[in-house]
Amino acid sequence: MSILKTMMTSAAVLAVTAPAAFAEWQPRKPVEFIIMAGTGGGADQIARLLQGLIEKKDLSPRPFIPINKPGGSGAEALRYLQDKAGDNHVVMMTLNSFYTTPIIQEDLGVDVTEFTPIGLMAMDTFLLWVNSDRDDINDLDSYVEAVKSAGLDWKVGGTGSGQEDSVLTAMMEAAFEYDVTYIPFPGGGTVAKNLVGNQIDSTVNNPAEQMEFWRAGNSKPLVQFTAERMPAFPDVPTAKELGVDIEYYMQRSVNGPPNMDPEAVEFYTNLFQELFDSEEWQGFCESDGLTCDTMMKGEELAQFHATQKVAHEKLIAQVGAASITGE
Amino acid sequence: METIFVSLGAGLLQAFEPLNLFMIFAGCLAGLFVGCMPGLGSVNGVAILLPVTFLVPPTTAIIFLAALYYGAMYGGAISSITLGIPGASTAVATVFDGRPMAQQGKADKALMAAAIASFIGGTVSIILFTLFAPPLAAFALKFGPQEEFALMLLAFATFIGLGGDDIPKTIFSILLGLVLAAVGFDIISGRPRLIFFDMVEFQRGIGFLVLAIGVYGIGEMLWTLETTKGTVKMHRVNLGWARMKENFGEVKQYINSTWLGSVLGFFVGTLPAAGATPAALMSYGLSKTFSKDPDSFGKGNISGVAAPEAANNAASTGSMLPMITLGIPGSPTTAILLGGMIIWGLRPGPLLFTESPDFVWGLIGSMYVANLVTVLLNLALIPVFIRVLAMPFTMLTPIIFVLCVLGVFATTDRMFDTWLMLIIGLLAYMLRKLNYPVAPAVLAIVLGPLAERSLRQSLISSRGDVMTFIERPISLVCILFAVALISYPLISKFMKKKRAGETSVDPAA
Repeated sequence: MSILKTMMTSAAVLAVTAPAAFAEWQPRKPVEFIIMAGTGGGADQIARLLQGLIEKKDLSPRPFIPINKPGGSGAEALRYLQDKAGDNHVVMMTLNSFYTTPIIQEDLGVDVTEFTPIGLMAMDTFLLWVNSDRDDINDLDSYVEAVKSAGLDWKVGGTGSGQEDSVLTAMMEAAFEYDVTYIPFPGGGTVAKNLVGNQIDSTVNNPAEQMEFWRAGNSKPLVQFTAERMPAFPDVPTAKELGVDIEYYMQRSVNGPPNMDPEAVEFYTNLFQELFDSEEWQGFCESDGLTCDTMMKGEELAQFHATQKVAHEKLIAQVGAASITGE
Repeated sequence: METIFVSLGAGLLQAFEPLNLFMIFAGCLAGLFVGCMPGLGSVNGVAILLPVTFLVPPTTAIIFLAALYYGAMYGGAISSITLGIPGASTAVATVFDGRPMAQQGKADKALMAAAIASFIGGTVSIILFTLFAPPLAAFALKFGPQEEFALMLLAFATFIGLGGDDIPKTIFSILLGLVLAAVGFDIISGRPRLIFFDMVEFQRGIGFLVLAIGVYGIGEMLWTLETTKGTVKMHRVNLGWARMKENFGEVKQYINSTWLGSVLGFFVGTLPAAGATPAALMSYGLSKTFSKDPDSFGKGNISGVAAPEAANNAASTGSMLPMITLGIPGSPTTAILLGGMIIWGLRPGPLLFTESPDFVWGLIGSMYVANLVTVLLNLALIPVFIRVLAMPFTMLTPIIFVLCVLGVFATTDRMFDTWLMLIIGLLAYMLRKLNYPVAPAVLAIVLGPLAERSLRQSLISSRGDVMTFIERPISLVCILFAVALISYPLISKFMKKKRAGETSVDPAA
């Protein structure tokens, strides 16, 4: 009965959108919405929110199917997208491992500047979190002291060697001259859970990943790695205020495989622009400390990717690829 | 405790609202069909049906999605039993005894056992969920990588006894599965490894579905064809009232396995790392180990159908717990449920229970009702499902082959995987001919990656010290159980042999 109903709904949707779509490109089969990270993490939450909004607002005649490909710090997803060159029915939600993973794994054979840029949905931020049971740690100084006295017994959780959090962890190791043990988990959500369960000592999660645990009093932020304090965290100092020169952001852009047809690119760009401008998305950005002023797209986004790639190459050369991969 | 009953009452009332009740019904029915189609996984099903949920209020929408998920869990058993192809990883263990039963003309009994065991599993699980959700959420947090690894070890241990008498062959089969599971990207360093013939397609690894469909859809089918020369008929079953009544009478045969599966499934399900597949496999293995007649498992023992089905339904309810309280979905389908919750502004996390009690208790209430609806639907539809088996085997076989090819291509969208599935099928057929058990290999490819990740995480965090598994109490308990389970069949066999040897010389031993 419900199958019939869906068929009727989708038929109705088609009937409504068909005249407007005349001569324009539209997906003819379900669109694979690849997430280059595990379930429950920041990228995953965003992709699933967007997927739901696409359905809710009837922006596509065919559904977007979210698929997580977290393997090898996003290598699996990047390789997958590369192999899909010319396919108009796959797009990917990316994060900074979009730049770092191909740099660290030269033999992957992926050049992200060949991918088709669609839209930069947001810039995400990072905070340093510890379990709220840690009464001895209340600020950056006491944190550094605790890490130094624990040495390699200090366990930092993250989402994989080469992922942005491992880059940030390596940056902190360089700045504070300590070494920690970095343990990779399959997604930001799992990292958050392991912090709350005291399986790890600290992590640099995005706000969305820790928000609920923080509100419940299970974890606490110590520092934010932004230029200015975020409205969502007015009482947490930035690293720069404390005299530590670390500022790091995470891009959250949607990209297609190489050689996508221009008509398809236009369709996806318009679709994500509409999502970007929606009340729901802007509301999400505000509550989760994301920066979403204008959506970068097309040539501008391609330029952005190229600059970011170079910046990450420099960053990795500075801290050393070995300190990121832990080899 | 009193507040729980008040809240639950309110939740049940909500579930009985006409719209919600209708959506539960629609969801269960759609889920049944989605679940029983190999290839059309519940992920696609839920994603495609997501638009329906925008027509109704949020709580109703989640109830619909949960019912769909639930129905799909039952549905998986249907293709496992009637066609011998597991539609989802959770239904693999159901094939082990479900398929032989169907070939013996007992498909109706197997389907009925699956439905009843699923009902009991789901109900036990939801009751435990209602009573113990908050303390269990706290317990789940105690599970670090070490505990996860110990649990996986326990799962493997339950399977040592599964391969039958030939323990070296079982171990070989497990190792083969582990090697196949290792193909692809390294979990920790992210580098490609074990890329056979340097083919880039192997970078994505060997999918579970490719292996399972190859082994069961192709390999086992070839073997059946050869051994029977196509003479088996999947017997037509006359399912009248008398037969139904007789089938109901058989419940006590498998009730113990069902209880075991229900409780085990729930606990394994609540752990964020594990989920329904390990639960079903462990439940099967344990039932066999403790059975009075372990040799009949794999040859059509009804308990072998009931145990995994009770466990996978119990676990699917259990896995709602980490999703609601920690925001970690245990499966791709629950991930979509999670997405739905985010859209409606419901943020899963420790506060959801207190901030949105209407939603949480409405969902819990609906699970009681969804359970009842699904079992009734299932029992009513059994005659329809077994019609499939009325076809002559010579016609059914080509249809199954076509479904295998379609199912793999539909899920992965690559011809490479389709060829791989066929090659794996041929290999599985050869292994079968050489008397190697194939089930342990399938188990290993499911559990291998989970075990590898947790093992390496544990060793990184202890900096190479294996004592970490013994120093942590929960992990120690799991490991002791695992050791006991591995030695149990050996000891009991030894004892039997000794006893047999005292009375007469037993050449079969």
